[in-house]
Amino acid sequence: MSTTTVQRGRTADQARQLRADRSAGRRRAGTAFVYTVLVVFAIIYIYPFLVQVATSFKPESEAVASPLSLVPATWSMAAYEELFLRSDFPLWFRNSAIVTVVVTLGRVFINSLAGYALARLQFRGRGVVFALLVAVMAVPGVVLLIPKFLVINQLGIYNSFAGMIIPLLADAAGIFIMKNFFESIPRSVEEAARIDGAGPFRTYWSVVLPMATPALVTLVILSFQGSWNELSHFIVASQDPELRTLTKGVAQLAAGGLGQGSQFPIKLGAAAIMTIPVAILFFVFQKRIMNVTTGAVKE
Amino acid sequence: MSAARTAPVATAAVRRPSRRSGIRGGEAAAGWLFIAPMVVILGLFLVVPVLMAAWVSVSDWSGRGSPLSSSVSFVGGDNYRTLVTGGGLATQDFGTALRNNAWYVFLVVPLQTALSLFLAVLVNRKVLRGRGGFRTAFYFPSVTSSVAITVLFLFLFSASGAVNKVLSYLSIDGPNWFADPRGVVHLLLGTLSVDQGPAALTEHGFLGITWWSWLSGPSVGMSVFIIMAVFSTSGTFMLLFIAALQQISGDVDEAALMDGATPWQRFRFVTLPMLRPTLFTVITLGLIGCWQVFDQIYTGTQGGPSKTTLTPAYLSYVSSFEQQQWGRGAAVAFILFGIIVAFTILQRFILRERGVPRRRRFVLSARTGESGAVPGAGAQR
Repeated sequence: MSTTTVQRGRTADQARQLRADRSAGRRRAGTAFVYTVLVVFAIIYIYPFLVQVATSFKPESEAVASPLSLVPATWSMAAYEELFLRSDFPLWFRNSAIVTVVVTLGRVFINSLAGYALARLQFRGRGVVFALLVAVMAVPGVVLLIPKFLVINQLGIYNSFAGMIIPLLADAAGIFIMKNFFESIPRSVEEAARIDGAGPFRTYWSVVLPMATPALVTLVILSFQGSWNELSHFIVASQDPELRTLTKGVAQLAAGGLGQGSQFPIKLGAAAIMTIPVAILFFVFQKRIMNVTTGAVKE
Repeated sequence: MSAARTAPVATAAVRRPSRRSGIRGGEAAAGWLFIAPMVVILGLFLVVPVLMAAWVSVSDWSGRGSPLSSSVSFVGGDNYRTLVTGGGLATQDFGTALRNNAWYVFLVVPLQTALSLFLAVLVNRKVLRGRGGFRTAFYFPSVTSSVAITVLFLFLFSASGAVNKVLSYLSIDGPNWFADPRGVVHLLLGTLSVDQGPAALTEHGFLGITWWSWLSGPSVGMSVFIIMAVFSTSGTFMLLFIAALQQISGDVDEAALMDGATPWQRFRFVTLPMLRPTLFTVITLGLIGCWQVFDQIYTGTQGGPSKTTLTPAYLSYVSSFEQQQWGRGAAVAFILFGIIVAFTILQRFILRERGVPRRRRFVLSARTGESGAVPGAGAQR
């Protein structure tokens, strides 16, 4: 009787042990599976960009013959020489840089100003303005292509930096981010400043704005990325080759602006260079970017 | 507009100081001053344009001079009628563009939502080496411009490109992607040797193209844009899902674990219901974005091959800027706007209807009802 209990007890122990082993094994297999899947996906996501850079250093014939290799058999700078010495590429880069810098600075100022007013200042019509802002956010950008051209044309700023920059200076999403942020910081600091006699602008500029650095960084990232990558607005705002931005110029290269041959090294070189500024921004602010969306989309 | 803007400023500025203490003095004026740049810019480049385009869509403006001049006349719904019931080339183009974009939306939205959720769950595992590296890799395509990505994909998917090279290792003869106008559904049916649609589908149609043609599926060319969209947006949405996953407390998951729920059950009945708000955001953003495909088409294919990558947004641009049919282009834009609004409302309706019972079911079946779990689930909303 007693032996059977012992035996039964032992088998139960063994069974438990076996089960534990099996589940540990399963867990290990599961972990290996997860890593495999992650690595495969990471390769799929990153390999194209490596190929892009590699191909831009290949001669045309090699780009077509071996599209997968990451190391060019013969290194060639022909694509970059062509881009920088014999095309308008530097001009496009300059135009993109001008537009991006001005738009980013302008947006940071205008959006934070408006966000602060909507979050903190009491004035009649605030609710209406806010409701309109929400409504405006719902209008899809592509729908505005033609209408924007009409207004820009009517105002006489077609084919000018003004027409390319001013319409991009305020964006509803940025105002939202700033408003949400200003609402999250305690009022007491501002009130102290007010009691000390600072006016609203003074309070905003020297008290509140320095506290808003995290939100401002978010805004800088989004504005920089948005205006550097913008294409459709520039298509409708200008026609002058002198004002062509990188996105427009490279899109035209891709659409066959180069004449004969596929010219992949040049196209991919151009695409790689236009990715560099946003890539730098991305790596510098990586920590922030990974949290950008948490603040941007508030449920 | 300007009258309405100045009037309240004056009255409020006078009245405020008497009602409140001096600290709040001048706030109304400052408030309006602070939002003035935004009001002017958004008003001038968002509100006015919409009104102006509304007028152009019912006018016969040809692109010369101002659309507000007296030589431009009102034509009523003519532009809209040409598109919807005209039966000519314009209707056919519009129908084709809608079909292409509908397939695009139909495939991209579920795929990008599923993939980004999948990646987020994997990356969000409790123990994971190289988490940052993986997140960076998946997010990187999202920061690059659509033009650069399109150029890259034009290369990857060219006839002798990287993708066909990989396929050739698997002894598959890849198609000439961007130049292939054949519909994917038609191709699949072709393998079952169905090459001709039934008469009921080929003889009747909608918006100038037959039902059979509506059912063709995205063309092989359009499929590349679908892959590209999933590739370049899943990173952004993954971040949204990660943010939401991190806010879910471990308690609920542990409680389910104690109850013996399998990993799949825990994901399906515990995690997923809590991700509902984010799921909603992702699908809404996806729908809105997918109906606006423009940059990629402008850069990549300009609507070809055989108009199978034409989209309403691109059609609107071409009709206006290239064919000088501004009224028609504006009408396309407004119909597109209507479609986007309709889809958003429909989606909101569908997701909300199912929301309540499922959450209740989760509370009952997962039996995690002890203390914190259920209020936690409620607060998640």
